[in-house]
Order: sequence, then structure tokens, then C-alpha cells
Amino acid sequence: MSDVVIEAKNIEKWYGPTLALKDVSLVVDRGEIVAVTGPSGCGKSTLLHCLSGILRPDQGSVHFQQRDLTVQSEAARSRLRRTAFGVLFQFGQIVPELTAVENVTLPLQLGGSRYRDAAVRAQRLLDRLGVGDLAGKRPGEMSGGQQQRVALARALVTEPEVLFADEPTGALDSLAGEQVMVELVRLAREHGTTVLVVTHNVQVAAYADREIAMRDGRVESAGRVTVTGEVR
Amino acid sequence: MSTTHALLGVLAARGISHGYELKREHDRRLLGVKPLAFGQMYTTLARMLRDGYIAEAEHQRVGGPDRVAYRLTPGGHTELVNWLSQAVPPAAYVSAQLFVKVIVALIATPDEATARSFLATQRAAHLERMRELTKTKTAGGASVTELAVADYLLNHLDADLRWMATTLDRISQLRSEVAA
Repeated sequence: MSDVVIEAKNIEKWYGPTLALKDVSLVVDRGEIVAVTGPSGCGKSTLLHCLSGILRPDQGSVHFQQRDLTVQSEAARSRLRRTAFGVLFQFGQIVPELTAVENVTLPLQLGGSRYRDAAVRAQRLLDRLGVGDLAGKRPGEMSGGQQQRVALARALVTEPEVLFADEPTGALDSLAGEQVMVELVRLAREHGTTVLVVTHNVQVAAYADREIAMRDGRVESAGRVTVTGEVR
Repeated sequence: MSTTHALLGVLAARGISHGYELKREHDRRLLGVKPLAFGQMYTTLARMLRDGYIAEAEHQRVGGPDRVAYRLTPGGHTELVNWLSQAVPPAAYVSAQLFVKVIVALIATPDEATARSFLATQRAAHLERMRELTKTKTAGGASVTELAVADYLLNHLDADLRWMATTLDRISQLRSEVAA
């Protein structure tokens, strides 16, 4: 049985006259941690947005567990993002008016959980990430690394199949970034979560099992060894 | 690398130690540096004795020949402090094999794609080593010294890769210079 979780076939994405993704095809297996790397403007964030259903490619298909996201409605893709996907951005984008625990409960409440149940799960995850004592604090009272760990908790609290992380350490110093990556990888391994992490930082890519290197909107190397021994 | 100063540092950290202990501690503390050969160590210790940096502290006998234990002298301590106080000269030029290989790949390959394919192989090898080091760091139980060594190696491999990426971005410029 195939263990492919995500498969993109020949996708293209245009921004006006600019072709941001050119004939991109890739597969990601269940439980894999994959780094998407490349210079600024190479299309790696656009690729992440297409794979997570935030953007719809202009050509090609994106399958998640054999479902083609490109033919699904916006509502269906949004539901998928709430239930099966977790998303983590460079600047955590946690809600400044809410406390840490309230931020983490949000995805659960959107899914219909009662606040009390959601808060218990959120607190447990915040504890695991070493920021449990900040549960009642607002983002403005936390360091960047602490905010990002709260954002990571929010991305993982629904126990998603796939975590999409876009430059998750880009706004952090090296030690705070290391802590976020260590926790991200540890939790993903424990739960068998598939992770796609976009980064221009090779030291972040070194946490991944495999590198998909992009250049000028194309996949330059997908880090898979073919039967002929060629790295592709 | 100054073996003399590395051994002075190890001796300062451990106190009185015999040769085998110094070698073992040198190799453990300086992971990533080539392990010290016994011959080289005893030659260096003899030189340090001659220069007055160390002195024989005691002779130990544990079921075999006598083993000499050494201690740091005040002169050795001064030498160690002087050495630590001096900045390491920033390298004026790179002599690494990698540097030569990348430049040769740029000038001797028929097209950009071929050069890139050679360098992609190098990148994969670097990244594989970086994955191993990252696992060492994140496995838990690593000492501060081991973390520091892993960080040192990771940052240097990272620097190599960033330099390679920049160099590839200059590829057309370099090719036109070679062709000129």
C-alpha cells in the first residue's frame, strides 16, 4: 500500500505575468520531515501554500491522501486546513489580544470542542513545549522564542496529519530557533506527523530527513535516490 | 593547531596526569580534531619538559612499566595564558580542498548545469554530515563540550554551503572572466 501523503503533479502558479512555480512534481511520504530550500523568491513559500490548499495552482494537481485539493471548494479546503493540516509561520501570528492558552484552543473551538476540554489539551501541549507557565500570558509578555512555541502548540493541537512550517525560526536567534526545531521534530516523530518546512537556513534543513531544493520556481533536487543511484 | 597548547590546556583542566590520560582527554575534549598519535604526544611532552612548561610530578607503576605523571609549571601556565590572549589570525586565504574543487568545477565544466550537478553532490554530502551532527545535538545527553563541537562544525559546513550558493549565483560572471 502506498504511504504517500502528498503528491503534486506538474503544478504551475502564476502571479500576473510572473510564473512562480514551473512544472513542479513531488511526493511526500507519511511521517517524513522534508525541508524545502532555496534562495528568496524561488517559489518555496508559494509551493507550501499550494500544497496546503491556501492557494490553488493554475495547472496540475495536488493530492492529499488521494483527494485532489485543486478541485475542492474553498470551504472544503478550509475545513481540511482546520482538521488535517497545521500551519506555522515565521512570525507565529498568534492573536495578540488572547492569552497563550486561548490562542492554542482556537483551532479546537473552531472544530466544535468545548472551551474547557480544549483548554486542558492546550495546557498539556504548552507544558510539553516548556511554556506551560506562560498559559495566562499574552504574546506581548513573551520572548520571540516563547511566542513561536505557543504558535507551534496551536499548529499541533489538532494533531494534524501534516504540519506546514514557513521559515519557523526566521525571526529567532540561533538558540531560540534550535529549541523550536528540536520540539517541532520531537513532537512530529512522536505522533508520526508529516512535516514540510520551508527554509533558506541549511541548519534548519538539517533537521529534516530530506531536502527539496528549489530554484527559479522549479524543483532542482528532491533528495530522493533513484534506482540508477542518481539523486533527484 | 598547536598540540603544545592543547596539551597545556588539558593539563591545566585535569591537574596531574600521565601521558595516556592526557591523550584520552585531548581526544574527548577536542572532538572533530584529529586524534593525537602517541608518538606525537610523547615528542610534544618531551619538548614541553625541555621548555619548562611541564614537570614530572610522580612515577606511577600499575602492573607494568613506570608511567610518568606530569604537572603544569608556572612557566607553562604563563605560556597558556599568553597563547589564549592572542587572537587567531583570520585566514588570509582558503586552502581547503573544497575551495579548489568548486573553482575547478566552475572553470573546467562545459556548462552551468554540469557545474551545478557536481556541486549538488557536494551539497548532499555536506547536508548528510549536518544531519548527523544535528542528531547528535538533539539526541539528548550531549555534554556542553559536545554541543560546542557540533555547533562549530555545523556553522562551518553551513558557511561552506552558503559560499557555494553565492558562488553558483556568480557562475555566469566567473565564466565570462575565465573565457576572457
